[in-house]
Amino acid sequence: MILALDPLFLDDIGLSIVLIALLKVGLAFVIVLISVMFMVWFERKVVSDMQHRIGPNIAGPWGLFQTLADGLKLLMKEDLVPDRSHRFVFKLAPFLAIVPAFLTFSIIPIGGNFESKDGAINLWGHDTFLQVADPPVGILLFLAMSSIAVYGVMLAGWSSGSKYPLLGSVRASAQMVSYEAALGLTIAAIVLQTGSLSTHDMVVDQATGGLGWNVPNWNLIATGFVPFVIFLIAGTAELNRPPFDLVEAEQELVGGFHTEYSSFRFALFFLAEYLNTITMSAIIVTVFLGGPAGPVLIERIDWVWGIVWFLTKLFVFLFSFVWFRATLPRFRYDQLMDLGWKILIPLSLGWFLFLGARNIGADQGWNRWAVVAVAPVVGAAAAALLMAAVRTARSERLSQEVDSHG
Amino acid sequence: MSEVIVFLFAAAIILVGAIGVVASRNPVHSALFLVQTLLGVAVLFILQDAHFLAAVQIMVYAGAIVILFLFVIMLLGVDKTEDLEVEPIAGQRPLAAVVGAALLGVGLTVVLVAADGVTGARQSTGVGERALDNGATDVERLGRVLFSEYALAFEITAALLTIAVVGAVVLTRRVASADLLPDPEPGSLELPPLAPAIDEEEH
Repeated sequence: MILALDPLFLDDIGLSIVLIALLKVGLAFVIVLISVMFMVWFERKVVSDMQHRIGPNIAGPWGLFQTLADGLKLLMKEDLVPDRSHRFVFKLAPFLAIVPAFLTFSIIPIGGNFESKDGAINLWGHDTFLQVADPPVGILLFLAMSSIAVYGVMLAGWSSGSKYPLLGSVRASAQMVSYEAALGLTIAAIVLQTGSLSTHDMVVDQATGGLGWNVPNWNLIATGFVPFVIFLIAGTAELNRPPFDLVEAEQELVGGFHTEYSSFRFALFFLAEYLNTITMSAIIVTVFLGGPAGPVLIERIDWVWGIVWFLTKLFVFLFSFVWFRATLPRFRYDQLMDLGWKILIPLSLGWFLFLGARNIGADQGWNRWAVVAVAPVVGAAAAALLMAAVRTARSERLSQEVDSHG
Repeated sequence: MSEVIVFLFAAAIILVGAIGVVASRNPVHSALFLVQTLLGVAVLFILQDAHFLAAVQIMVYAGAIVILFLFVIMLLGVDKTEDLEVEPIAGQRPLAAVVGAALLGVGLTVVLVAADGVTGARQSTGVGERALDNGATDVERLGRVLFSEYALAFEITAALLTIAVVGAVVLTRRVASADLLPDPEPGSLELPPLAPAIDEEEH
């Protein structure tokens, strides 16, 4: 049994299969670029609506081509490389930001018939998944790529040879590294729930079984909401989006790590940022909301419905990210670090242990409700002990300090 | 055949990176070459069907450790060439040459003299081949082995890492200033006198 392998590659690999694989890669590339164009327009439109402005409305119908016009403008501008920069690293950094953003999208299932065919659709006589790749490490690729993406930000700031970008990149990398821990721990909870790392298996798992009464078996419910909330917060921080956009806090840092960038290289950073937003929303949809799983309404065009459900769910999160930006004030840096290290990480770790206890209880045939009742009590007792220890240590240290100062 | 081609490419990437780490004068460039080497090793892991190891290699080494290196380099501002004339520890260089030569000797001995020779073929005996494990992915096998046979070693490693973290915090956490001293009692505060109230009637 080979788990998590696209049925496309089970037969002998001929020309048609290679062509289908290439087509999927090309399509994903185009879809991502177009959706970035749409997303930038959408964000500007929604934010201006919330601020009682009109927003872009000149280029194309409803200003839809504004992003295209901006992109063309960026391409035409002069490509500046500051004198004091490290030229090679300066030129390398934008690509280090954009490549992981593209690669992450490859593991996201964007469609497929999950009701009767386990997520496969039929393309010219070949069954295949509607995702570019389904590697056995699946969701770990997302974590790996988000850690690689730190390099783009970090090196861009360092190589610019200027103070503000350096400060911005130090902030950014510290923030991204801190929140990766919380992201990883919630992903671990999902993996515990699914029993597989493959994103496709996660969707299949959420498409089947469940509580009944037409309640979908989404991980959102199965893991009890807390990991979802943690993931949403940590994901927003990982994206450096408001309210966690200290990286480019204009009042303090000019433009943050990409202050010195212009023209095409700036466009690449901009593209990477929006790509990451879309990919993060897609990851949330995949791991918590069943991805493209949903009812097939008309059997004859079964491949349409997965895409429809996926896009609907995706849209909710794209809107939420814009909503956060339009309504929430920016965090202070120490608040950001406190939230990440002192609240999100312990909470996600505790919740992970709780889910583990629940699974062991199910294996051993313990009463489910007893486990649900006892586990939080034990967890709370442990947390109280830890906090008491921290408090005692702190007061002892303080009294020592007072003695030495007095 | 394809395996050989991938191996040659990855080996070239790894070797160029490894030479770059020691040869480049700028510490940031060294760190970047180190990342290149680590990514090449990840490719080799995938070539051996060790997908999980490859992902962990990228996440832990490239994603966390080298980032920390870079962080320290950037924060301390040591991104300048060092003076090679100064030898921080006496006799360090000849010792390094001896140890390096010894390591090379051991490696060559393993490759050239070992009884079976190094064939490059996958290991086909032992842990991975038991009936229980047939068909399981590498993640499942690793998990099973880690939490059964090597559970004790695994736990000890976990404890060691925790101790290291706690130790680092304890050693670095010094309350240097009055920042963390308890706030003085409100009553004991000597507030500056308030500005005299302006008499409205005078205007």
